[in-house]
Amino acid sequence: MSTLLEVSGVSVSFDGFKAINNLSFQIADSELRAVIGPNGAGKTTFMDIVTGKTRPDEGRVIWGERSVSLLRMNEAQIAREGIGRKFQKPTVFEDQTVRENFLMALKKDRGVLSVLLFRPSKADHEQVDALAEEVGLLAELDRLAGELSHGQKQWLEIGMLLAQEPRLLLVDEPAAGMTPEEREHTSELLVQAAKTRAVVVVEHDMEFVRRLGCKVTVLHEGAVLAEGSLDHVTSNSDVIDVYLGR
Amino acid sequence: MRTSFIAKYPSVLVFLLALASFTIIVTILSEGFGIGVISTSFIKTLGKTLCLCLIAVAMDLVWGFAGILSLGHFAFFGLGGYMIGMWLMYERTRLIVTEALMQGQIPPTGSEVIDSIGSQIFGVVGSNEFPLIWTFADSLGLQLLLVVLVPGILALVFGWLAFRSRVTGVYLSILTQAMTLALALYLFQNDSGLRGNNGLSGLQNLPGVEAPQSIVSMWFFLASAMALGLGYSLAAWIVSGKFGSVLRGIRDNETRVRFLGYSVEGFKLAIFTLTACIAAIAGALYYPQAGIINPAEIVPIASIYLAVWVAIGGRGRLYGAVIGAGFVSLISTWFTGGKAPDIPLGFYTIKWVDWWLVLLGLSFVGVTLFAPKGIGGLFDLMKKRRARHEHTS
Repeated sequence: MSTLLEVSGVSVSFDGFKAINNLSFQIADSELRAVIGPNGAGKTTFMDIVTGKTRPDEGRVIWGERSVSLLRMNEAQIAREGIGRKFQKPTVFEDQTVRENFLMALKKDRGVLSVLLFRPSKADHEQVDALAEEVGLLAELDRLAGELSHGQKQWLEIGMLLAQEPRLLLVDEPAAGMTPEEREHTSELLVQAAKTRAVVVVEHDMEFVRRLGCKVTVLHEGAVLAEGSLDHVTSNSDVIDVYLGR
Repeated sequence: MRTSFIAKYPSVLVFLLALASFTIIVTILSEGFGIGVISTSFIKTLGKTLCLCLIAVAMDLVWGFAGILSLGHFAFFGLGGYMIGMWLMYERTRLIVTEALMQGQIPPTGSEVIDSIGSQIFGVVGSNEFPLIWTFADSLGLQLLLVVLVPGILALVFGWLAFRSRVTGVYLSILTQAMTLALALYLFQNDSGLRGNNGLSGLQNLPGVEAPQSIVSMWFFLASAMALGLGYSLAAWIVSGKFGSVLRGIRDNETRVRFLGYSVEGFKLAIFTLTACIAAIAGALYYPQAGIINPAEIVPIASIYLAVWVAIGGRGRLYGAVIGAGFVSLISTWFTGGKAPDIPLGFYTIKWVDWWLVLLGLSFVGVTLFAPKGIGGLFDLMKKRRARHEHTS
């Protein structure tokens, strides 16, 4: 498995506060990775840097086989390179139907003119149906996204990310506010998605991380504290200190 | 599941039907083509109202759908008017001047004619030279092209600068106000080349056309109706597809659209420029009916009125913009035209010419507070009630 994303020596500070401190991180093609860490460990800032929302003060972010630097691209360009991001709060377009949300996310030419002339083909509709089925929203396709339950919105957003066909999926606390059944469905979706692409899941909930059954990276004060299987990192004394307090 | 945009926007057919019947009825009642119940000046008012409805549709596209509260679209409207006005004024003056010079013993030379036109048009601002911007004024075709090119390029440059720096929300609104104010102030100057505060006048006379105003007014009325029909259909087509989805997405959550891989700036620029061109076409049809254009037309308040119309009519539904613009501007004409009866209170007389603005302001506040969806929101209520009715029966 070759390296898909390589973050090395990245630092960023806001008003003197070092949110990310010499962070290095690698993820391979079709790997599932969980990132955990206490509040303020820099998990979300890490995602902001990879997706172009925040520019780091120093360091490199290298992407793909061609080893291009993501630091020179804007958010939309990075998204088109194949990095999809799911935010903590479910952000779907509430004023539009589930179908319209999916159609917008489908991997198509994003240029102004081709979007203007775009009319969905039969194949596109079939793809939307398949995606909706996968995330369990087939019956809701023509409802407004704003009418969906919290869990359904999360799935819609995951479905939209899958529709983008990204090579790397960054998912921020997908299980927050979900019922146990919804969590189970969500973890299955993510494990399934990671079979064909790299997935990074930021999560607080250890139970959820255990269910993902993958390598875990522990962040603390903007740097990697430990990396390995969940059992390995939870037995690490540094990690125990950070989580339980000294 | 493949739906045409008409199926998705059934209001287009209803609207076109309503517009066509309105146009036919007005034509039958008109002085020029019909039985003469509606006076020529009222035909002009109706024609102008149709143009205002068209710019309101443009405003709804850019504000109601894309969420860009532009308070400068009347600048594009006015520029469109100026561009067509230049040809109208030049050509008409040329015909008059040539005829007058022909009375002389020797036929005039070309430069004599040009000089004479120049002093006719620019005498009022103490000049007789043609400024550079009048270079193409002798060609109807080129000047028609400039109707969309000049406002279009202004919108493109302004939008590129503003959107690229990610200016949004109220800051963008202020910038657009500054743009229209700067343009108005520039045009107020006598050396702006567009006759300062005198503006361009006599635009109601089509050069070389003998037909009386009753006929000409009908031409413009019909052209305005056609432009509104086309503009409405175009707008509905644009928002019915994925482009409309992206625009509404930008309105509701710009960041999310960016992370979907869409270049938000490109889409904003496209819709801003397109609506500026629609506004310009509306202006080019409006001012020949108004007869005169001057910089007072594009002072910032005009663009604010435009936003008020669209808000009162209901944003993001196209027909709301038409209802708002038509309704408010016609009532406004009635109140400010001195036709509304004054209300004597004994100690004070309410004169509607003065108090109309207060009424408009109050209704704007009322709509914002109590009916944020505007007049168009009533249609939603009706639809819901009918659905409930069907549900219970």
